[in-house]
Amino acid sequence: MTENEIRNVVIDEMRNLTPEIDPAEISGDADIREALDFDSMDILNLVTALHKRLGVDIPEADYPKITTVDGAVAYLRERSRAA
Amino acid sequence: MPSLGADMAAGKLVEWLKKPGDAVRRGDIVAVVETQKGAIEVEIFETGVLSETLVPPGATVPVGTPLALIVGEGEPARARPTPPPERPIAPAPPTAPPPVAPPPAAAGARPLASPAARRLAAARGVDLAALTGSGPGGAVVSADVERAAERAPAAARGRIDLAAMRQAIAAAMARSKREIPHYYLSTSIDMTTALAWLEARNADRPPAERLLPAVLLVKAVALALRRFPELNGFHSADGFRPAEDVHVGVAIALRGGGLVAPAIRDTAARPLDDLMAAFRDLVARVRAGTLRSSELSDPTITVSSLGERGVEGMLAVIYPPQVAIVGFGSVTRRPWATDDRVEVRPAVTASLAGDHRVSDGHRAALFLREVDDLLQSPERL
Repeated sequence: MTENEIRNVVIDEMRNLTPEIDPAEISGDADIREALDFDSMDILNLVTALHKRLGVDIPEADYPKITTVDGAVAYLRERSRAA
Repeated sequence: MPSLGADMAAGKLVEWLKKPGDAVRRGDIVAVVETQKGAIEVEIFETGVLSETLVPPGATVPVGTPLALIVGEGEPARARPTPPPERPIAPAPPTAPPPVAPPPAAAGARPLASPAARRLAAARGVDLAALTGSGPGGAVVSADVERAAERAPAAARGRIDLAAMRQAIAAAMARSKREIPHYYLSTSIDMTTALAWLEARNADRPPAERLLPAVLLVKAVALALRRFPELNGFHSADGFRPAEDVHVGVAIALRGGGLVAPAIRDTAARPLDDLMAAFRDLVARVRAGTLRSSELSDPTITVSSLGERGVEGMLAVIYPPQVAIVGFGSVTRRPWATDDRVEVRPAVTASLAGDHRVSDGHRAALFLREVDDLLQSPERL
């Protein structure tokens, strides 16, 4: 997948969790726990959704790497390449 | 009209989800009612046919008023019960504290707004749905709320009366502090073993099957309560009535402000996977505004955690008619004395607020120790 395709998936799944604000409009380096008011349940639900969509398993130790849109895209791209 | 809190006197029927002639089964959602806790789905506890609705949408009726007539299978039609009173009903007095969510629009999606704008709107009593957002994609941002608050401080609000919700919290908490002689205890719990166990358990599982630490805390509380019935039940004018089962109410925050504490039924008896699924489902439905009436009236104790927001500990206010509330802070790495050494360990501060009319600090201290013991042996959870 291209970086743009991965970004679209990430934003799409974040949007499903927080219909109140569009994740596409927040800064790519903003912490989603602040910008989108995500808690640990939201992060787990995001990880679950990304696993389902992309087949990439994100271990718990790596959760901090996906707390920004840019971070999540870079991480998933790296994991997709490695797979 | 179901009672969704000790102080609830009336509720407004928003809409019927079944119509006369529809077959209904125990557990079906048949109607939506509006209370000061927001729109709540009403379940049915009979199986049969809904033969007649007795309260029209828009009507406010007292708790206990029959809402519909259900005829059981093969049963002849029953006589219509006493109709709801025609006199106007005063607004329901405030209920519930770990309460109040900007709920659930019975229809339509929540307006697009930033979390900060939601918080501000809740604080200023501004209805987000009535605003035109100037933020990205038309989202309402804080500046829009500020302008609206200045322009029309008493503007008509939408379905959700934020000021009434704040009043509900104020009344319930004031009642709690007025009537319940609270005592407070707290203790630090070493989470090394529990977190290591959780990490190992989650490591080889797909995300959909992973557990959050909060589930261990809730289960430990529920199991410990079996030995401390004086902390699990309800206090009324007739005195204390211990609950037969443990239904832990879990405080769930809403984005933009407010929280509710619906019950996970039979908490002590359910395996962790099952509890996690129930917790996940509750969080999703709290945020979607599809809570059921029984979930708000069932809790026999409440567990609240502000750990996600970084506080080390909390001393909560009991939600009447419950008689205890347990609070957890963040799991943080702290200096921990063990034998003759000091080590850095993950630890959580657990607190309990108890009702002194019903229990004493000595027993409550033993309860917190039992919670600690259980978390040192997570395989028992």
